[in-house]
Amino acid sequence: MSAPVSQPAPAPAQEAGARTIDKVSWKTPIALGSVLVLYVALLALAPHEGSARFALSTSRDFFQIPVYVVPAMSTAWLGAGVGLLLTVAVVLTVRARRRVPLWWISVYAVFLLVGFLAWAAAGSPRDLSVVGLLSGAVVLAVPIVYGSLSGVIGERSGVINIAIEAQLLAGAFSAAVVASLTGSPWAGLLAAMVAGMLVALVLGLFAITYRVVQIIVGVVLNVLVIGLTSFFYSQVLVPNTELLNSTTRFPRLPIPFLDRIPVVGPVLFNQTILVYLMFVVVLAVWFALYRTRWGLRVRAVGEHPKAADTVGINVLATRYRAVLIAGAIAGMGGAFYTVVSINQFGREMTAGAGFIALAAMIFGKWDPIKAALAGLLFGFATNLQNVLSVVGSPVPSQFMLMLPYVVTLFAVAGLVGRSQPPAANGQAYVKE
Amino acid sequence: MSGQENEDSTQQPPSNPLEEELKRVDAEAEPGLVEELEQERAREEAETVEVTGDRWRDAFRQIVSGSWTVALGAILLAVLAGSILIVATDEAVQEAASYFFARPQDTLKAVGEAIGGAYSALFRGAVYNYQADSFAAGIRSFTQTLNNATPLIAAGLGVALAFRAGLFNIGGQGQMLMAAVGAGWVGFGVTGLPFPLHLLLAMVAGMLAAALWAGIAGALKAFTGAHEVISTIMLNWIAFYLLSFFLATPGLMQAPGSANPRTPPIAESAQLPPLLGDRYPVHWGFVLALLAVAYVWWLLNRASLGFSYRAVGENPRAARVAGIDVEWSTVSVMLIAGALVGLAGVTQVLGTATTGFGEGIDSGIGFDAITVALLGGSQPVGVLFAGLLFGAFKAGGSAMQAAEGIPIEIVLVVQSLIVLFIAAPPLVRAIFRLPQPARRTATKRKSSSTKEMTA
Repeated sequence: MSAPVSQPAPAPAQEAGARTIDKVSWKTPIALGSVLVLYVALLALAPHEGSARFALSTSRDFFQIPVYVVPAMSTAWLGAGVGLLLTVAVVLTVRARRRVPLWWISVYAVFLLVGFLAWAAAGSPRDLSVVGLLSGAVVLAVPIVYGSLSGVIGERSGVINIAIEAQLLAGAFSAAVVASLTGSPWAGLLAAMVAGMLVALVLGLFAITYRVVQIIVGVVLNVLVIGLTSFFYSQVLVPNTELLNSTTRFPRLPIPFLDRIPVVGPVLFNQTILVYLMFVVVLAVWFALYRTRWGLRVRAVGEHPKAADTVGINVLATRYRAVLIAGAIAGMGGAFYTVVSINQFGREMTAGAGFIALAAMIFGKWDPIKAALAGLLFGFATNLQNVLSVVGSPVPSQFMLMLPYVVTLFAVAGLVGRSQPPAANGQAYVKE
Repeated sequence: MSGQENEDSTQQPPSNPLEEELKRVDAEAEPGLVEELEQERAREEAETVEVTGDRWRDAFRQIVSGSWTVALGAILLAVLAGSILIVATDEAVQEAASYFFARPQDTLKAVGEAIGGAYSALFRGAVYNYQADSFAAGIRSFTQTLNNATPLIAAGLGVALAFRAGLFNIGGQGQMLMAAVGAGWVGFGVTGLPFPLHLLLAMVAGMLAAALWAGIAGALKAFTGAHEVISTIMLNWIAFYLLSFFLATPGLMQAPGSANPRTPPIAESAQLPPLLGDRYPVHWGFVLALLAVAYVWWLLNRASLGFSYRAVGENPRAARVAGIDVEWSTVSVMLIAGALVGLAGVTQVLGTATTGFGEGIDSGIGFDAITVALLGGSQPVGVLFAGLLFGAFKAGGSAMQAAEGIPIEIVLVVQSLIVLFIAAPPLVRAIFRLPQPARRTATKRKSSSTKEMTA
C-alpha cells in the first residue's frame, strides 16, 4: 500500500488553505483538464442546438417553480467556460504549492454536469425532471450505500469483506422467500438481515477463527451464494412462484408536509421506509464508530489488534460482533431488491452492486458518511443514464452507460488518490 | 494480500523452494533477506513431524497430516454438500420421503438414484463417456474438459501473477473483452494474410489490447495511487459497454447484413487449429495455456523480474529500500497479467467461438479465474490443476444439467466449497479427526507469515 508519497496525509481542507506543501502533485489539474477536454470535444464535435427544459417541481409541491427553459449550447459552453477558469485556477494554485479548496472542484463538477445535461436534453420536447433524476438516484443508491456501510464496519475492525455481493444476494433471496410466505415485507427485511448475518458468520468463521486469507473467503463466498441462490431459484422458486416468490413490497411513505417542499420534498421525504432507514443507519454507524466505546474498540482492533489485546479488548469477539452487524446491514441492502425495487427474486439480480459498494467504500476512504456519499454518487450516475435515455440524447447509449465508470476512474485517480485502509485490515490475529 | 499464507496452507511444493531461493540470493548484497530465509527454513524444519521411533506410525502420521489428505477431505466434504442439495431438491426423493416411515427403503433408493445419476452424468460429461459406442467417442468428454480449462488456466495465471505482486486483479472480464475486440477485429477484419501469420497477428492484437487495458489499472495504481480494485471494476464496465457499442455499430464489429450484436465468423486463416482432429473440441489454445504456465513458473521462480514482483507483493516498502522500482513493477506486472488474461480471451475467440461472438464472450471466466488462482495457491502449477478441475466441473455440470435436469449452478457451490475447505486445513482435519501437525509451531508460523504480509 505504500508507494512514493505524492500527496501528504490529507488535512482538513479549510484550515490548510494557506499552508504550503512540499511535494507538488499534478494529479488534480490533470484529471480536471482531461475531463474538460473530453467535455469540450463532445460539445465541439456533436453540437446540439435547441433549448433544454428543466422541470424542478412536481404537482404536489407547496408552490410551483416554472419549468426552466435554457438555450442548450450557450449553457453548455458556459459550463465549459467556468470549468476552464477553475482548471486554470487549480493549475495556478498547485504551482504556488497551495492546497486546492474542495469547493472549487464541487463547483467545477456542478457546472460541467449542468452544461452536460443541457446539451444532452437539448431539443427534446420532454422536460428533464430534476426531481426524477435525484429521487431515482437515492433509490438506486440504497443497496450500494448499505453494502458500503457493511464494508466500512468490517474493514474498520480488520476484516476485509469482499463478500458484500454475497450478503446482498443472500438478503434479496431470503427477503423474497420470507416476504412471500408471510405476506409481510417487514418479515422479509428481518429475514434478509439474518441471511446477511449468516454469510457474515461464515466469513467470520473462516477469516477470524481459521485465519484463511480474507480475500479468498470473500471471493469464494460470492461464488457460493451465487451458486446456492441460483440453484434454489431454479429448483424451488421457479416451480412455486406464487407461494415463494411474489412479495408484497414496502409502500411509499410520504412524510406529511415535508414531502411537499419543492425539489427536496419528493427527493428525500417521499420514499420507502428502507430509504429513511438508510439515512438513519448511516448516521448511526458514524455515531457508533466515532462516538461510542464500541466504535473505539472496533477501530482499535482494526488498526493495532495487539495493542487492543494488551489493554484487555477481546480482539476476536470484537471482530465477530463487527462482522455480524455489518452482515445485517448488508442484508438490509439486499432486501431492497425484492421488497422495494421489484416483487420477486431473479438469478444474480444484484448484478455486481456488491463490488460497486466495495468501490464506494474505498472511494469514501473507509468512513461511513463519505462512503455513503460515494454510494449516492454511483446511484446518481446510474440514474443519469436512465433519465437521459428518456429525454433522448444524441450519444450512443453505450457511452452514456459507460460515463459513470469513466468519471469514477478519473475521480479516483485524480481527486481521491491513495486511500489508506485500516492498518490491520486483512490480518488474522493470533493471541500470543 | 498476496498468496503468501495461501501458499502455506494449500500448496506444499514438492521440492523445497526456500533452499533454492537461499542458494540464489546473493548473501553479500542482501544479508537481511538471507537471514529471513534462514529463519523461515528453520521454522519449516521445526514443523516436520517428530520421530517417535515407530516407523509405520510416523509414515501414517505424515500421510494423514499432509496437504493431499486435506485436499481430498475438502473435495469429499464439498461433494457431500452438493449431494445433500441434489437430494433435498429431487422430486423422486421428496415423493418417497412422504412415506419414509412406512417404507424407508424407497427413500434410500431414490436418494441413491438421485446422487448416482448426478455424479455418473458428471463423470460422463467431464472425463469419459462410458455409454458411447467407442473409445474415440467416449473420450470426447475429456477433450471438452481440456477445452474448458484452457481459458481458465490462462486467466487464472493472470490473476495469480498479479496476486503475487500484491495486486487484486478483478478486471479479468474487461481484459478478456478487450482481447476479444483486438483478436476479433484482426481475425475477421484483416483478409489476405496466410494462415500462421494471420493467426499470430490476431493473437498479438488481442493480448496487446488486454495488456494495455490492465496496464491502465497498473499505471493508475503506480502513479496516482488509485486502488486497483476500484479501477479494474470500472474498467470491466467500460470494456463491456465499449464492446457492446462496437457490436451494435455496423461497420465496426457487427456482422454485415445482420441486426444482431454479433461479429462475423473468424477467418479460417486466423483460427487456432484443432489439436486432436476435427472431432474433438480441444484446440491449440490448450498448448498455449501450458506454455503460459511454464512461462509464469520461469518468471516467478527463475527471473529477476519475477523476484521483484514477489518482493513488491510481500513488502513494497522493503522492496523499495532494496532498490526495486515499485512503480515499474506494478505497471509491468499488470501488463503481463493482462496479456495472460488476454490469452484466455484470444483462445475463446480464435479457438472456441470461431463462428462469431456476442458481448457475453467472457462467459464469467474473468471472475472464475479468481477462484482458480486462489485454489491454485497463486502458483503456476497449482493454477494448471485448478483450471483442469474447474474445466472438468464445467463440462460435467452441463452434462448433468442435460441428463438429470440439475441446474449447473450446483457446480459453483461445489467449487466454492472446495476452495473454502482447502484454505482452512485445520477445519478439514478437525472434521475428519486427522491429527493436527505440531500445533505450537503451526501457530507460530501463521503469525509470522501474517506479519510478513503486512509489514
